[in-house]
Amino acid sequence: MPLIKDGCIVEDDWTHVPDGEAVPADRPAIISFERFQAERATFEGRNAALGVRVKSGTLAPAIAADLERFALIAIEFPKFRDGRGFSTARELRERYGYEGEIRAVGHFIPDQYQFAVRTGFTSAEAPANANPESWARALTEITVAFQPSLDDPQPLSLLRRRLGA
Amino acid sequence: MALLKAITANRLRDGEVVFLKAEGVWVERLDEAALFEDAAVADTALAAAKAQAERDQYGVDIYAFDLTLKDGRPDPVKARERIRALGPSVRTDLGKQAAA
Amino acid sequence: MNHIAPGRNAGVYNYDEIDRRFVSERVEQFRAQVARRLSGELTEEEFKPLRLMNGLYLQLHAYMLRIAVPYGVLTSRQMRKLAEIGRKYDKGYGHFTTRQNLQFNWIKLEETPEILNELAEVDMHALQTSGNCVRNVTTDQFVGAAKDEVVDGRVYAEILRQWTTLHPEFTYLPRKFKIAIMGSEKDRAAIRIHDVGVFAKRNDKGEIGFAFYAGGGLGRSPFIGKLIREWVPEEDFVAYLEAILRVYNQYGRRDNIYKARIKILVHELGQEKFTAEVEEEFARLRGPKYRLAPEIVAEIRRRFGGPSFEDLPPVSAALEQAKAANEAFARWVAVNVTEHKAPGYAVATVSLKPAGGIPGDATSEQMELVAALADQYSFGEIRVSHAQNLVLAHVKQDDLFALWTALEGAGLGTANVGLIGDIIACPGLDYCALANARSIPLAQAISERFADPARQQLIGELGIKISGCINACGHHHVGAIGILGVDKKGVEFYQITIGGDPTLTTAIGDILGPAVTEHEAVDAIEAIVEVYLANRHDGESFLATLKRVGHGPFKERVYAAH
Ligand code: HEM
Ligand code: SF4
Repeated sequence: MPLIKDGCIVEDDWTHVPDGEAVPADRPAIISFERFQAERATFEGRNAALGVRVKSGTLAPAIAADLERFALIAIEFPKFRDGRGFSTARELRERYGYEGEIRAVGHFIPDQYQFAVRTGFTSAEAPANANPESWARALTEITVAFQPSLDDPQPLSLLRRRLGA
Repeated sequence: MALLKAITANRLRDGEVVFLKAEGVWVERLDEAALFEDAAVADTALAAAKAQAERDQYGVDIYAFDLTLKDGRPDPVKARERIRALGPSVRTDLGKQAAA
Repeated sequence: MNHIAPGRNAGVYNYDEIDRRFVSERVEQFRAQVARRLSGELTEEEFKPLRLMNGLYLQLHAYMLRIAVPYGVLTSRQMRKLAEIGRKYDKGYGHFTTRQNLQFNWIKLEETPEILNELAEVDMHALQTSGNCVRNVTTDQFVGAAKDEVVDGRVYAEILRQWTTLHPEFTYLPRKFKIAIMGSEKDRAAIRIHDVGVFAKRNDKGEIGFAFYAGGGLGRSPFIGKLIREWVPEEDFVAYLEAILRVYNQYGRRDNIYKARIKILVHELGQEKFTAEVEEEFARLRGPKYRLAPEIVAEIRRRFGGPSFEDLPPVSAALEQAKAANEAFARWVAVNVTEHKAPGYAVATVSLKPAGGIPGDATSEQMELVAALADQYSFGEIRVSHAQNLVLAHVKQDDLFALWTALEGAGLGTANVGLIGDIIACPGLDYCALANARSIPLAQAISERFADPARQQLIGELGIKISGCINACGHHHVGAIGILGVDKKGVEFYQITIGGDPTLTTAIGDILGPAVTEHEAVDAIEAIVEVYLANRHDGESFLATLKRVGHGPFKERVYAAH
């Protein structure tokens, strides 16, 4: 799965560890949030970074209590049409002040990438056959936004402002 | 009268209603469509047509529908398919019926 | 000749360079998306929501493009462009919808980016006219002109249009989201059958605020919107909606498309729990980030080129004379013309419902004629009503006769607004891929049966609404007489309901009895009308008579022959 950050394909340091498989102690690993809940004691004192993967139905308040344990939160899109993840990311940032990496995983398409960035995601996993050009263009093709968002903490001074200006 | 089946789609690039004539060959008029007497044969042809149309980005919403022969010409059973094959019943000057 | 500020259009929000750049960027984005679909990079499943968010559906015969007419207001220049697109890319006509938009029925996918590009030339687009996002906001077709207006809803509809455009959090909602806003005492926008209905009003200090209704909708399970807050101050307008949408995005059902609308969430949680969730979210969101500052409102209001009205006497002698001399004109004035807030002006509705015609359809020539008449008589401004008619909102009473004469000449002078011939009908099985039965032929047959204008006027206000399936695009649930097309073993049947009401006293009609054939349906409508006329007391409305005498007599008469 190519990892996309700032519109480019980058090296991925993280490994997804399926439930039931051993979690490497020396490398950044992403486990399911359910596993974290069930085996939380085993991750006390872990040195390498820990990330969790949350289902689209697991909303921000459900994981809020443990946020300082996670260097990464991977929010799952079971179908790209399921947009709950956008609210989850935004709440993690705005309501709970989470500052780690938020990653979009699952069925996620370039045409949603800018929305993801604006709601607080920092990376996205693209399908294996992804066209890098489509991902790069996704961040630049629209330069006008009508709402305040994560990439612009300014108050709603006028409804419209330039993205990235 | 025995029911026949024909296979239809909308052409991706312009939405035009098309009918399967032979493997990989689509036509705009129901009169030229392949008619299947055997439902199992129609199912096989439908699966092949779906795969081909998806591969070639040719058509969308591909399915089979029922018809009979009336005066030797294919006549869809459902009003919906008749309207698709002809054009709007309230604008007989438009659609496939107009060019007939 | 009427005048407006130079370089500006009356009645619409005037775009600037940034607005234009945004729309052009969206066109180019869609052009690239179409190319990716045609090359196979996007699957149909992935492409469909993207094309829907640009208003492009696949219907029975071709693609259908739904063009946004924000809150139903158009300039004459925009109307001419629509006419041109109809001629160049379609078959010379379009269909005005119950959501104040325009649909073209014979569109090609490969030409759509170019069509959108042409629309952008006149500051138009098809954004968010479909898909699971916040749709084009609708309002009163008489906004800014109505005598009973308290707040000009266009300003807030435009704020919503901007705020919901490509909203990063709310573009992949569980289902579509429709908002209607009303700023007069009378509800002409059916706000309680919308996902969110907003009632703009003023308090005793003259400040503007909003009552919010949520959870209305028709379709398979009709619900009437519930009042969730009596007063939201203007500065919290955006924050409050943001709160509603967040609750909906997080908790709305995604497991079943038929249960995904907010009406089901409000129903399942209960009004109290739902309201509590929204209030909790609102308490968190309320603050500088989402505050709608008065300067913004003022700026948006300024962008609307308001027509400047002349000082005219309240009564026009020319109008009175013309009415006395011409019975047909007098009837048209009585039926199609509404009071204007400015003395000496009037609001004229152009019926797109000639007897035997297709409700809401207009040819390119008719669009051009209406555009020319708007230039001549109404500050170059046109509205689309949710009843699928057009409105010239600011006509001098002195000019009404000339206007009517020109309309008459083009088959647009039908005097039936609000009457039995003013039927709302969805496209039905003649165009729509989801339909069970045709709607248009029935509308044609009924309007022909009641073609006599004097008879229509005698019957008085009576709304017939027809949908070709349970999705209820024709609002049949809230028709005084509603008709729903159903499929019984491949044959088209029609189920009749009576007693629906789209205004603030919203009511869903009751099913009268077993579904009937198309032919029987026309007789059934006639029977219902006869029972009404035989029973009504002086000046009594259909709904009032129905309430008084009950369903019995109607039912008996309609099914007497069976
Ligand atoms: C021809 C293509 C069309 C399709 C495929 C279509 C599809 C639908 C569907 C599926 C619904 C129900 C949504 C739900 O209950 O969640 C709906 C509702 C609605 N449609 Fe359409 N429609 C079409 C045309 C129209 C037209 C032409 C109009 C206006 C004349 C219209 C106006 C509406 C309205 C006002 C509703 C609202 C009912 C509600 O909110 O529950 N639609 N449409
Ligand atoms: S009510 Fe049904 S038939 Fe009519 S336009 Fe809507 S989806 Fe189509």
